[in-house]
Amino acid sequence: MVANNLIKKYGHTLALCGLNLEIPKGKIVALLGPNGSGKSTLLKLFAGLIHPTAGEALVLGERAGVKTKSKVAYVPEFNHLYRWQTVEEATRFAMKFFSDLDYELAQKLIEEMQLEPEQKIGSLSKGMHARLKLALALARTAPVLLLDEPLSGIDPQSRRKILTALVDTYRPGEQTIILSTHQVLESEATFDQVLFLQEGELVLWGEADELRREHNSSIEDLFTEIYQ
Amino acid sequence: MPQFDPAIPIYRQIMDEISGQIISGKLKAGGQLPSVRELAQTFQVNPNTIARAYRELEREGIVFTRRGQGTFVSEEEGIFVTLKRERAEAIIASFFREMSSLGFSRQESLAWAQESINRGGDKNGARIGRQ
Repeated sequence: MVANNLIKKYGHTLALCGLNLEIPKGKIVALLGPNGSGKSTLLKLFAGLIHPTAGEALVLGERAGVKTKSKVAYVPEFNHLYRWQTVEEATRFAMKFFSDLDYELAQKLIEEMQLEPEQKIGSLSKGMHARLKLALALARTAPVLLLDEPLSGIDPQSRRKILTALVDTYRPGEQTIILSTHQVLESEATFDQVLFLQEGELVLWGEADELRREHNSSIEDLFTEIYQ
Repeated sequence: MPQFDPAIPIYRQIMDEISGQIISGKLKAGGQLPSVRELAQTFQVNPNTIARAYRELEREGIVFTRRGQGTFVSEEEGIFVTLKRERAEAIIASFFREMSSLGFSRQESLAWAQESINRGGDKNGARIGRQ
């Protein structure tokens, strides 16, 4: 994943101001930053859902867009599943859109997430909904997985389940996972690299363990230091 | 399952954990280590971090890999002694560091340690416990 002088404007608001970065293949990368720092915008650009104002976003060497969509599994922060469907129906529905969805893996993950196939989406708690979204995304074999705030606004037990499933299904070296999050402390042992965004610019990045060594500090504390 | 200190590189803590298990005899010479994936699941840590810890341990000669079979503890006898010495040095360094933060020089720290032995307080502070 590469960003070359990536600029995104919404009207007069500059969401990303000429971002340059390179994310190596096969790693888990955390995208950190306060609200409005450009995290969601960057993920949507890589997902090919929006177009850059200038510059380019590359996915596996190609410009992000229609052609790269099949290589990218993207999970938005908001709840996008239909309330009237059951968990099982939502799984089958997702399979129609995503030919790379592994049904058996989805079933296994749904069970691990302690969800019942017959449950109605509308009756799920916030945490359960988040768990289902993640199970359906992790069941896809696409080489790139983009998760926008998968841990925010949900109970600690759900967060733990999500992180466990993430580590367990991740395919090292093959699959690139980028997740934006505020829950740094809980998730910091799961990522290889960290990107700190601030007002649409990259302010710090690197291997998580190298940053820990250089700064004698946890990623959580670095986060607090940078943004406060 | 150990709790990791997020302010210290996690791969280093995994190396220490494994070395500790070798010193304590939980992992025997020639014994097989868990697979990267198993350990990643146990520790809830990124598998690349575990793989890095294994690579560094291999570079230090503490473990070795057999192609297609996994990672094993070295069978060289010297390794055990080396690991023990390294651990002892780390504990001693940390003792002096903490004493120094209290304002004691190395000589004074040593004198304190000696006095502690003389008082019979070398058995995990048993004497204080009796009071």
